[in-house]
Amino acid sequence: MQTLRRTPLYERHAALGARLVPFAGWEMPVQYAGIGEEHRAVRTSAGVFDVSHMGELRMVGEGAREYLQARLSNDLDRIESGQAQYTLLTNDRGGIVDDLIAYRRERDDYLLVVNAGNVDVDDGALPEAENVSNGWALLAVQGPEALERLEVEIEPFTFREGVDVLGVRCFVAGTGYTGERGCELGCVPEDAPRLWDAILERGIAPCGLGARDTLRLEVCYPLHGNDISPERTPIEAGLGWACALAKDFPGVERLRRQKDEGPEEKLVAFVMEDAGIPRAGMAIAEGGEVTSGTLSPTLGIGIALGYVAARLADPGTEITIDLRGRLRRARIVPKPFYKREER
Amino acid sequence: MAAEESYPDDLRYHAEHDWARIEGDTATLGITWYAQDALGELVHFEPPEEGSSVAKDESYGEVESVKAVSEVIAPLSGEVVEINAKAVDEPETINANPYEEGWLVRIRLSSPDEVDELLDSEAYRKLLEEQ
Repeated sequence: MQTLRRTPLYERHAALGARLVPFAGWEMPVQYAGIGEEHRAVRTSAGVFDVSHMGELRMVGEGAREYLQARLSNDLDRIESGQAQYTLLTNDRGGIVDDLIAYRRERDDYLLVVNAGNVDVDDGALPEAENVSNGWALLAVQGPEALERLEVEIEPFTFREGVDVLGVRCFVAGTGYTGERGCELGCVPEDAPRLWDAILERGIAPCGLGARDTLRLEVCYPLHGNDISPERTPIEAGLGWACALAKDFPGVERLRRQKDEGPEEKLVAFVMEDAGIPRAGMAIAEGGEVTSGTLSPTLGIGIALGYVAARLADPGTEITIDLRGRLRRARIVPKPFYKREER
Repeated sequence: MAAEESYPDDLRYHAEHDWARIEGDTATLGITWYAQDALGELVHFEPPEEGSSVAKDESYGEVESVKAVSEVIAPLSGEVVEINAKAVDEPETINANPYEEGWLVRIRLSSPDEVDELLDSEAYRKLLEEQ
């Protein structure tokens, strides 16, 4: 049996009575008070997630920009120093090896924050980049009151380094995975427990991977390994906006062709019309498969993402989900299921 | 809100974490405190149809939390005569009160002798300790 890794906050999670589960080789908190309650905390006030299991790769030195520009799907020149970008690592068939955030420090200095389960794969695909994950703890503080409670000011998709947050020296980025305003805070592992404690003292609710999943699904952020994978392309997944098809990167020819001809299948969002909760792996009777599904805590109904034939992908189309042998009606809707109100 | 852990003495238990309250030739069925705690906040109860038959040791419905689905195992055989609409409409009732308001179905027993095979509260608690 493989030994599970623990983040610098493991003791904190255990002390809070979190339910700990294996996730991508890590022992992670799936919930503290309950997924519904944590979900609502993030939608209405603020919550904090330990995301220290995520990987960090650093690419620095002359030619770093050219190196990444040739391997990542998005155009790095769309961002300046101090800005962040959602981008993809693709294979020769245009399949999605990983999705990640690239932080541009300088023209030739980048930090890439990648999925925990893909650190080794990404490191292999970017041999010139250095895996610096062991030097990082990462906390996501999300929700309409998150920045105010931390006394942090940061614009979406920007970042600053060496910022004092509640007495801890942090990397502060205006990024997240919940659809709310907020930030991600990076620090050295030794400082993480102190930062965590200070965040909780501000009345910010500890939240686990369970709420992280329901929150991201309501805003239709794809989860690598579920909704996107090396067998699916960004065009099929609706991530063409993160691909600069005018430049060269692995699989770009196929993506250009797919974009021109239209993909055979598309990732769509749907809601259940009948009772029941759709789950990953369930068949769609008209053809296709559910890739993520849950009961939406905000909407109170079953919601899901899944791939269907392109001709069925328009909002309003009725489809049928096989809920463990029971056929139940669902309806394709525009993405996302939930959008935060501007304040 | 979650209930305090308890396993009432007047109920009989099945090792798959289900309980039965026997009243003459009918029985009320539900899941135990342990089962609802293991699943977490319940968000859906998929009931059987009224009038359908349930067989001891076999699944007659499903309960789902945000993260997990679990089959509900019948502790006894019989015909479904009533479904708890409250458990269907407000599944959190099962968490809040698994033995009273959070019951799942009522059945008319077809093999009342099966009751002898069920565990009493003490035996069920012992089983939990061994897990």
